[in-house]
Amino acid sequence: MNRTARTTLFWCAALAIALCYGISCGHLPGFGGSFHPYADRAVPAALAHRTANAVASVNFDQRGFDTLGEEFILFTAVLGAAMVLRRARDEHTVSPRPGRVLPTVRLAGTVLLPVALVTGVYVIAHGQLTPGGGFQGGVALATGLHVAYLAADYRVLRNVRPRTVLDLADAMAAGAFAALGLAGLAWGSAYLENVLPWGVQGQIVSGGTVPLLNAAVGVEVGSALVVLLAAFLDQALEIETG
Amino acid sequence: MTTTLLAAAPATGQATTDPLPYLAAGWILLAGLHGLVTSRHAVHAIGCLTVVQSGTYVLLLAVGYRRGATAPYFTDIPPTTPVADPVAHALTLTDVVVGAAVSALLLALVLQTAKRHGTADPDALTGLKG
Amino acid sequence: MTHAAALLPLTVAWPLLGAVLLAGPGRWLPRLGADALASAWATAQLALLAWLWSAAGDGRIISWVAAWTPVDGHSVGIVLAADRIGGGLALLAAALVLAALGYSWHYFDEPESERGHGGAFPALLLLFEAGMCGFALTGDLFDAFVFFELMGVAAYALTAYRVEEPRPLQGALAFALTGSVAGYCALLGIGLLYSRTGELAFARIGEVLDREPAGPVSAAAFALIATAMLVKAAAVPFHFWLPDAHAEAPSPVCMLLSGVMVELGLYGLLRVYWTVFSGPGGIPAEAFRTTFLVVGALTALTGGVLCWQQRHLKRLLAHSTVGHMGLFLCAAALLTPAGTAGAALYALGHAGAKAALFALVGVLLDRFGSVDEHGLYGRGRDLVAAGALTVTGALALAGLPPFGTGLGKSVAEHATVHEAPWLLPVFLLVPAVTAGAVLRAALRVFAGAGTTPRQRHAGPETTGSGEEPEVRDPSRRVPRVMLVVPALLLGASLAVGLLPGLAHRIAEAAARFCDPAGYAAAVTGRTVPAAGPRVPEAGWTATGVLLGLAGTLLAVAMAAAALWGPALKGPAAVAARTAADRLTVLAVVPLRRLHSGHVGDYVAWLAAGLAALMVVFALCT
Repeated sequence: MNRTARTTLFWCAALAIALCYGISCGHLPGFGGSFHPYADRAVPAALAHRTANAVASVNFDQRGFDTLGEEFILFTAVLGAAMVLRRARDEHTVSPRPGRVLPTVRLAGTVLLPVALVTGVYVIAHGQLTPGGGFQGGVALATGLHVAYLAADYRVLRNVRPRTVLDLADAMAAGAFAALGLAGLAWGSAYLENVLPWGVQGQIVSGGTVPLLNAAVGVEVGSALVVLLAAFLDQALEIETG
Repeated sequence: MTTTLLAAAPATGQATTDPLPYLAAGWILLAGLHGLVTSRHAVHAIGCLTVVQSGTYVLLLAVGYRRGATAPYFTDIPPTTPVADPVAHALTLTDVVVGAAVSALLLALVLQTAKRHGTADPDALTGLKG
Repeated sequence: MTHAAALLPLTVAWPLLGAVLLAGPGRWLPRLGADALASAWATAQLALLAWLWSAAGDGRIISWVAAWTPVDGHSVGIVLAADRIGGGLALLAAALVLAALGYSWHYFDEPESERGHGGAFPALLLLFEAGMCGFALTGDLFDAFVFFELMGVAAYALTAYRVEEPRPLQGALAFALTGSVAGYCALLGIGLLYSRTGELAFARIGEVLDREPAGPVSAAAFALIATAMLVKAAAVPFHFWLPDAHAEAPSPVCMLLSGVMVELGLYGLLRVYWTVFSGPGGIPAEAFRTTFLVVGALTALTGGVLCWQQRHLKRLLAHSTVGHMGLFLCAAALLTPAGTAGAALYALGHAGAKAALFALVGVLLDRFGSVDEHGLYGRGRDLVAAGALTVTGALALAGLPPFGTGLGKSVAEHATVHEAPWLLPVFLLVPAVTAGAVLRAALRVFAGAGTTPRQRHAGPETTGSGEEPEVRDPSRRVPRVMLVVPALLLGASLAVGLLPGLAHRIAEAAARFCDPAGYAAAVTGRTVPAAGPRVPEAGWTATGVLLGLAGTLLAVAMAAAALWGPALKGPAAVAARTAADRLTVLAVVPLRRLHSGHVGDYVAWLAAGLAALMVVFALCT
């Protein structure tokens, strides 16, 4: 189809979709209403397992199987992206040139790097209590590390992120989630069952396996993002055709 | 309509008949689809895909909203406090991670496609037809 | 919980753990070690699923993950439910993954400098397997979305495996963009359903929906979810990605994509319909039946026509998959246990035949670096075994008794005759056309039969010449395993037709599949009513055998006409050729032009299909 035909087809379809979807929106329960049967069960279930963060309880305890799948989607995407961006047979690597950085930027980076890393660890460790958890904290960790790229240059970044170690950490942490599920089967009755003592609500050791799963996800997300960005940066800075 | 949304101190869980947030989700989805259909660059197309996905975030969060309720974190509030739907939030979180992962893989594909074809314009990628 | 129920989530966790081992420490394993580890892992998974399949009996294995068993019928967790249809698809996926791993044993060779990715290919295969098993076994709508995406992401990456070439990347990009849009459509539908019912488990959503009469929310949500499933199932007009992806993915990956992944899309559509939307609050059965019989027939005809026109062998097989998917959709959309049993048997027989054919095209690609039917004319004369197997595969595709395809086709036809007799010509014609195309190509390539084919044709086409061989060394002998695997797959397809009792078990499973009340009782922890729907008859009938033979004869006749027709002399032959050319220019070339390889077109068609479904279901509820 040419551009006009394509756009016309889409506009006709979009009008019909908008109409049907709009009518169905009018039949949904009102915005902000109190009809939430699943939530009405999920909140007591979270409190029963002493997990103050109900979202974490849903994600890592009640619907932990979803999160297992979700974590492995990330794992698969990173494995796939690294594979797609691998150095092909007809390519070779060059060493990246050193970059020039203003001293103030370098200073800011040196200060920010540890702060970002500590924040990341904090967010992961408090996932069962406050907004945050493994996914959010893992992103903070990975971003923190890349401050080194901004504040120094690529060669410094390469030194602070040993690619092989992180590749391995990525795999092992993802595996740890699946393996922790096996613990539920070994000591409890079902896969991913929350078999650890639930602890006292509001304390850092609470929620049973939720903090452990959060930690596994935190390490996985952190290392997966570093590996992912490394694949892209290598492609941009190191790999050349011919 | 905005004034209805911000109306002062309504009772907890009282619904409005205002479907605007749901409609917004559909609008965002269609806007993203339009971008995908008319895109002239594959990276732009992936941006549009994330717009499509944002429509699903908006819908899930709108569904999870409960008027007058607070965030579902019981660190310093009594267990009986009305809270927003944690399930909808959990679904959104999963959705965000899925979206990020898919976009990463897609961008990797585009990067290699651009390298191998010398272009990332869908109009010029004509190797497969029939 | 019983042992079987406790072990059910392992069908997902086990391949995930295997993938982690292969992608992590597996990078230091030599190629042989990684392949051996992956094969052993996949064998264990196959054994686990086979045991679960037999343990399921004619009932279901229900497993509440993380032990969130229902209280008063309500659970906050995720339920997995394995019956013999869902569990059988997981089993099929596991068998094909093992076949693909075995086939690729000697397939790819990585350059020595490229260390660190040796385990990536088998790891991705295992991740793909985990996604398919999770999708087939889950009883929760959002969980189904998660595994839909896992399956998708692994498939996109596997499709793009050969990064040195431009076309696989383009195919993967089209596949990934369309597939992702489909996933988000499903999620929007899930959001609507969650808002309306406040539930996520299939059976619970269905129960809450049924409290009120059907309305626009059910219609819109079902249209959105059906769109996602139909994209995966490659139904017209959502099928455009399939030829691009199947033609360019590595051959072992094609075995999985065509053999089981697209079928899972159809399974998802039917599973969601039966468990969520089949009650009074959902979609009326008549609306579903009419809509999807039409969609199925269009899909079958489109696949058949485009398959016949191809010279790129993998695209030819891909379009044949589209054609067959149309037939499965027709059979399943009858919404009777007999139709479901027919679709399941047909898909099972087709999986073996189609996977074998992709594996055999892989042999050609390995040997000649081309999959162009015309360019390979007569070049495969010394590949006797591969040629014989390809011809056998073509006959299996035609539905020759006693292949499983023949049995499935016969059961499906039998079910269709009562409900929608107008579909019978489609069932007769489409398998014959696709099999005729494969037969024509096989005879040309392996026997040099017929006249020398024309090199240029009217209209747009992908020739399939100038493909990079997937293996580096074209002078080597064809590894034996690349012939053993397709032979085994064809044997399996034959076994589906011959194993006594298999058809009856699938018919029992189909009856359970079409029993939403029993399903809802099982997954909410209530007692399942003992009497389900009546188990349909499923087995060989005299009519079925005759129709199978007739279809095969038709396929042979069409192949013969294509091969030797151009050499015929006389006014009748000339007139026939002229008419055929006119028809091609009028009807086929425009259809081929629609398959433009342009992602924007694909998304526009997706939107059009979604709009059509939304309007149809809104008017019917």
